[in-house]
Amino acid sequence: MRIAVASGKGGTGKTTVAVNLALSLSAEESIQFLDCDVEEPNAHLFFNPNFDAVLSVDKLLPQIDPDKCTRCGACVEACEFNALAIMGDNVIVYDSLCHGCGRCGLVCPTDAISEIPHQLGIVESGTTRGFAFAQGLLNVGETMATPIIHALKRKIDPSKLSILDAPPGTGCPMIAALHEANVALMVTEPTPFGLHDLKAAVEVARTLDVPTAVVINRAGIGNDQVERYCNEENIPIVLTIPFDRAIAESYAIGTPLVDAIPSWRKQFIKLAERLREVAR
Amino acid sequence: MKICITTSGKDLDAQVDTVFGRARYFLLVDSDTLEAEAIENVPGAHGAGVQAAQAMADRAVGIVLTGNVGPNAFQGLTAAGIQVHIGAKGTARDTLAAYKAGTLQTAGDPTSQGHGGGQR
Repeated sequence: MRIAVASGKGGTGKTTVAVNLALSLSAEESIQFLDCDVEEPNAHLFFNPNFDAVLSVDKLLPQIDPDKCTRCGACVEACEFNALAIMGDNVIVYDSLCHGCGRCGLVCPTDAISEIPHQLGIVESGTTRGFAFAQGLLNVGETMATPIIHALKRKIDPSKLSILDAPPGTGCPMIAALHEANVALMVTEPTPFGLHDLKAAVEVARTLDVPTAVVINRAGIGNDQVERYCNEENIPIVLTIPFDRAIAESYAIGTPLVDAIPSWRKQFIKLAERLREVAR
Repeated sequence: MKICITTSGKDLDAQVDTVFGRARYFLLVDSDTLEAEAIENVPGAHGAGVQAAQAMADRAVGIVLTGNVGPNAFQGLTAAGIQVHIGAKGTARDTLAAYKAGTLQTAGDPTSQGHGGGQR
């Protein structure tokens, strides 16, 4: 089973839920954890994993031989992302716009385009507390997170229960993490912002045909609109975590909730049972 | 000399559109005859600034008058030897007058960060 922990809104407690779910279940079965929030992976802060492998994730940038290039413009025309321009005698490659698809090289009539790898980020993998852990890390200055998430997802072992900590938002990186998950666990807070972004995230999951369940974190603040929305939409609320100082304190010092307050462990195991019912 | 003014309408009385890559129209004005031709800008989802800069180079524009220009567009326009003047406001006619009076700013650097282009 593949569980993607997502939210829409940032800072709702995705990592808290994903980390504690992993720690609770790892005592029961074989699991793996993938931190797909490649712009800011932070689950490692709670796991202190030992990494034993690093994989470079690259995109192939076109390199144009100015002597072979006739400035015909076929590559400029072919590029879906406007990553190439011919300005007088200059051919410009916009590295940040290039998606590395290779189409420019295919259409070049004079074979003037070769491809050189350009690193977008890395995937680090190893172990922590008896289970497999991997995370993606986007290089500073790069904007394309999805190739790293795809590379990270190639680490998925279908014989294990995989927990994916998804990036916030509802853009391409979040979609990349949710795609082909058996269930999306949406972590939200009971505020108008939380609800607004939850709705958007649920729409994404529905489009991807991934069933959803909701965790309400910081329960006690805000209002009851999230609960009402979930009831109307038939989305099960599988866990409620109160707005509680002791929970915040354990998070702030990097101690997982189930280590700080072990009685939470059975709540997360129960949560996993509910997820199995919802999962497809 | 062909001058391009980014506009929200099709003639010299149209208001300036202050973005470059995602401007509604490119109004191409002949600096001698003041004859104006409006080209509708249909930017793609990605790289609007580059696409617009390429359109300027392909149409042999010499000068661009606009509000702001993003980094990708600026790099392209500069490579094509196209002068970029920014801070345009009011109508296209006002902007042309301001350019002739030398009161528009010459862009020495991109003037907006943008998502790869000029922002509103």
